[in-house]
Amino acid sequence: MPYLGSEDTVRELRRALSNPNVQSDHLRYRNTILKVIRAMSQGVDVSGLFSEMVKACATVDVVQKKLVYVFLCSYASLNPELSLLVINTLRKDCQDPNPMVRSLALRNMTNLRLPSLVEYVEQPLTAGLRDRAACVRRVAVLGWAKLHNLQPNSDIDAAVVNELYSLLRDPDPVVMVNCLRALEEILKEEGGVAINKPIAHHLLNRLKECDVWGQCEALKVLQRYRPQSEDELFDILSLLDPSLLSPHPPVMAATVSLFLSLCSGLPAVSLSALERVRGPLLAACGSASREMRFAALCHIQLLLRSLPGLMGAHYKRFFCGYAEPAYIKQRKMQVLVELVNDDNVALVLDELKGYCTDVNTDTAQAAISAIGRIGRSYSDRCLEILTGLLGLKQEHITSAVVQTVRDLVWVCPQCSDAVCLALEGCEETLQDSQGRQALLWLLGVYGERVSSAPYVLEVFIDGVRSEVSLGVKTELLTATMRLFLCRPAETQDMLGRLLHYCIEEETDMCVRDQALLYYRLLHCGIEETRKVLQGRRSDPSLGVLIGRPAEPVSQWARSFNTLEPLRQDAAETDSASGGSAEPVTSDPKPNTDLSDTLNPSQVEMVHTEGASLCPESSADFLASAAGVPLSLSLSPALSPEEFERLWLRRQGLHAERGGEEKEEEEDCVCVEERVHCPAPPRCSPQSLQAALQLVNIQALAFTPPHTLPWRVYLYTHTTHTHSHANAPRTTLILGELLYTGEAKESKGRVKKEADDGEDAGEGAMEGKEEEKEGEEVTDDRLSERETEGGEREEEEVKVTLKQQPRDEEALKAFLSILATVLQTLSSERA
Amino acid sequence: MISQVFILSSKGDHLIYKDFRGEARSDAVSVFYEKVTALTGDQPPVVMTHQDLHFVHVRQGGLYWVATAAADSSPFTLIEFLNRLTALIKDYCGSLSEKSVRMNFALIYELLDEAVDYGYIQTTSSDVLKNFIQTEAVSSRPFSLFDLSNVGLFGAETQQSKVAPSSAAARPILSGREQGGKSEIFVDVIERMSVVIGSNGVLMKADIEGEIRVKCYMSSCSEMRIGLNEEFSIGKSQLRGYGAAVRVDECSFHQAVRLDEFDNHRILRLCPSQGEQTVMQYQLSDDLPSAPPFRLFPTIERDFGGRLLMYLKLRCDLPPKSAAINVSVTIPVPKGSLSMSQELSSPDQSAELKPQSKAVVWQIARFPGGTQLSALFKLEVPGLSSASMLEVGPVGLSFELPKFTASGLQIRFLRLSPVQPGPAQRWVRYVTHSDSYCIRV
Repeated sequence: MPYLGSEDTVRELRRALSNPNVQSDHLRYRNTILKVIRAMSQGVDVSGLFSEMVKACATVDVVQKKLVYVFLCSYASLNPELSLLVINTLRKDCQDPNPMVRSLALRNMTNLRLPSLVEYVEQPLTAGLRDRAACVRRVAVLGWAKLHNLQPNSDIDAAVVNELYSLLRDPDPVVMVNCLRALEEILKEEGGVAINKPIAHHLLNRLKECDVWGQCEALKVLQRYRPQSEDELFDILSLLDPSLLSPHPPVMAATVSLFLSLCSGLPAVSLSALERVRGPLLAACGSASREMRFAALCHIQLLLRSLPGLMGAHYKRFFCGYAEPAYIKQRKMQVLVELVNDDNVALVLDELKGYCTDVNTDTAQAAISAIGRIGRSYSDRCLEILTGLLGLKQEHITSAVVQTVRDLVWVCPQCSDAVCLALEGCEETLQDSQGRQALLWLLGVYGERVSSAPYVLEVFIDGVRSEVSLGVKTELLTATMRLFLCRPAETQDMLGRLLHYCIEEETDMCVRDQALLYYRLLHCGIEETRKVLQGRRSDPSLGVLIGRPAEPVSQWARSFNTLEPLRQDAAETDSASGGSAEPVTSDPKPNTDLSDTLNPSQVEMVHTEGASLCPESSADFLASAAGVPLSLSLSPALSPEEFERLWLRRQGLHAERGGEEKEEEEDCVCVEERVHCPAPPRCSPQSLQAALQLVNIQALAFTPPHTLPWRVYLYTHTTHTHSHANAPRTTLILGELLYTGEAKESKGRVKKEADDGEDAGEGAMEGKEEEKEGEEVTDDRLSERETEGGEREEEEVKVTLKQQPRDEEALKAFLSILATVLQTLSSERA
Repeated sequence: MISQVFILSSKGDHLIYKDFRGEARSDAVSVFYEKVTALTGDQPPVVMTHQDLHFVHVRQGGLYWVATAAADSSPFTLIEFLNRLTALIKDYCGSLSEKSVRMNFALIYELLDEAVDYGYIQTTSSDVLKNFIQTEAVSSRPFSLFDLSNVGLFGAETQQSKVAPSSAAARPILSGREQGGKSEIFVDVIERMSVVIGSNGVLMKADIEGEIRVKCYMSSCSEMRIGLNEEFSIGKSQLRGYGAAVRVDECSFHQAVRLDEFDNHRILRLCPSQGEQTVMQYQLSDDLPSAPPFRLFPTIERDFGGRLLMYLKLRCDLPPKSAAINVSVTIPVPKGSLSMSQELSSPDQSAELKPQSKAVVWQIARFPGGTQLSALFKLEVPGLSSASMLEVGPVGLSFELPKFTASGLQIRFLRLSPVQPGPAQRWVRYVTHSDSYCIRV
């Protein structure tokens, strides 16, 4: 920052510098120069002293020389002409017998950053490459890189490049590493220094001589090397193994990066390398430097994406120290959430509970939402803690709890009773708009179970005039509408007032439009309104992920050992990625509320339409499927978020298209099928996952076994060669398996005949399996059967598939594979 | 590759600014400080991004040490470099503070110039750098009466002859060269303890991170041998000797340490370079050789007048000869606490209600092993409810245990060879710090 009176300072300094008495006194001269540098580093513009400082450069005092160079290098670009004067002194210094002076002159010559001086610099630099002293060679090598960057468009001097390549064999390790760095810069356009086998082996052999920084640099460059044979690869890996356990985190991280890039084709090897690095990473997590701890934590989060079990036994290492900064605490909580299992859940929750009352509100809120995340699997214990926190009646805690609870009931509707009980009285402490929005949403959805709901809403409606948050207003509209549907007598009057205010007085267009929409909707009749407002939403069970599939290492290998994982926003996406795929949960922004409230109508339409879009019978599909060569693959991997986006986009498309037949769409296709298989809802997620993965189908989400409706979401990529087109076609298939468990009494019998027919058509094998399954009856099914009077119930799994681009043959083939898997699973259980 | 390095005081004054590559914008310093001040908390995130600028910073000595770099640079390297830079400056200037940085800015520019060229780290070894550094350090330690009084090592003991003053190691490494100062070597065993004790008094988690640090002020020292306990063992399986084993889970050494005598005799051999270096690091989890040093017996209740009564008994389970110093007990209390009255068991303690951090801080200057202290705090909390009790705790302790290692690691002997001609002084110091010592109530 510019200091007041900087001009005076400069004038004063100039007078002192040009004073002959000062110049003759060695110490006073140096002190004056010190003052100049001090002013410079404090931000004072001392560029006016350039000519005086140039004169000061010609001295035998090395300290003074160094000081003047600091000055000259900062201001040379402002005074290119005067800088020419310095060059002479510098060139003379390059001949000095003292290597320190030579390297100093050479370094600063190249640091002046003046393209006009390049011609004077080249000769000393060339000489510097062959200097006896290593410290001069170090500087000269990097000097060429600086020179090249000064004239980025000039041709690369092949002689220099060759010289640099030969200096890779220099006895001094720093010269060698500097050569690597310089070549990387000079040959940037050609992809950096060429790493062939001799160079790679040379670097690997000399790795031990380098210091930490040199090792990191060499390891980074080696990432580009591709060993020619597997033997060579494993030789390199075993050579690098000790570095993996290096006590220096930079070396350890660089080695891991190199391992990951060398083993990109061998996932098993990279996973075992990651296991080995657990110890050093944990040690870095306990390092004395808080910043180092943070970096290690962020990288552990990356590792956990592929190896969820990596840190299971060490969860206590992620308990927060009470004096740790908030950014570490929040990351540690994110890690803790990932490590929860049946054995440690009590301890972890106990620990997290302690953080909920942290002085830092961000930490407290992060702890509360971490408890909410754990609540998806252990809802009872977590709800107990969360509702306990409401008793504190503190604004930020209540707000965070209400938001967390909203997200929790979305995923675990079974918690709603406890939540409804806890909501009473919250409105008094809530101040911020996020928290109030969450409360309104809860009151709207569970209004009939919260006795005070209308009164709470009334308070909000009375204060709507002074409400500033648009999000709260739109949420209030929706909540009041919903409440009106279930408790009309208490709500009618206030709904009228609210709509009147929003339509007549509200200035914001969004709020007003929404109010108008509801007003017109009410004109259409109560049934119509109910359909829109209480329609099905996107599916909460999507969020319940049991055994979230481990990401392949390649997904994040690139960002390992970069700043990427340490960024603030990276943390947020990380925490979201483990969560449900539901938009409200992962992204509770006020502006999503509108779309959220409008969503149900779309979803509703899609579902009614979807039911009618069941054109072909499975028999056709399965019969024609045989004999088509088809291969499935999992790459490129699809993230849960991406899956949901595609899945919902398809739905949206249908909704927009309205009555149009789906067959007319060119790039995608959506079909529904029914497959017989009674077992999956009862088999464990692990075995289902394993079975699907055998045939390269990835299941993304499932409901826990024995719950109804039971769903699985899955995807795969198909590749097959058409009989009439030679190029292989690849398509992406997204699928949903739905088992409602409702005995379709009305259709049951009719269906049964049809199904039997299908079975016959399909082949005797499967038919037999069906029979077997029918005979093998578990206890609960037995009772079921008895209640139904001995009639055999056909159990079917509804399969909804979406494919892009459209390829009927592949789809048929896929369906037959899927059916086989499901039926095999049932027979295995049998 | 580092683009710029700068040092800012906590108030945002520019102390040092060095642009290595001339590529990044020159207003980076002010951009950084704006980002820091725009944040609400006092702990800005380690990595911050502004357009194409990526800032990585560490906080040490109350200063911001910032480097700007490209997004694909290694955070480990940058952080380690900044930490190393602070250590170097501490070695050269004697201490790390705004004042010492201000006074030695010329030296720091010189150091930066030699350590980094064109954004590439050349060397950070003080052995190499000492050949290049010409500027003399200006010692920033003000004259104080406190230095004259023979205050013992950690302000605790007054055995003048045996114990080096605690400021002895806080001096510039090079000053010895001209002044013919004492040649001294310090070997410090420093352990950091993080402990969680449950509300039922059960030890839930205990970790120790330890290191042996050598700080060398000798101009010539060819080899040093450090002998550890004979019973020292690494890992769970290995047990040595018949005495009480000193065990650590994991252990790593500085690359300069030669371990040829380590397996049989537990001797580390190294040639220390001038300045400070960490020779050995070790970790131990969950299985401490001795009981945790402090136990707390709290009784917390509400009285009829809406006051919160906290009766705390704190027991120090160290061996009777040792003592903990600078013990500070932090007890989070309900947000609405207005005032506090206290009854402490002895006059050398003090306690205070800190309104902004909602906590009672109870300070004990010296706490001998085997003793017990108690305190009664009465807090005026309007609107105290049973739920407010949730806000009390967990209690955090910070302390220093001089001459004590929680792992039991000791240094048997310290030999220098060849035997120093002058009066070489060798100091071995032990200390255990609390990294995080939490007791739930």
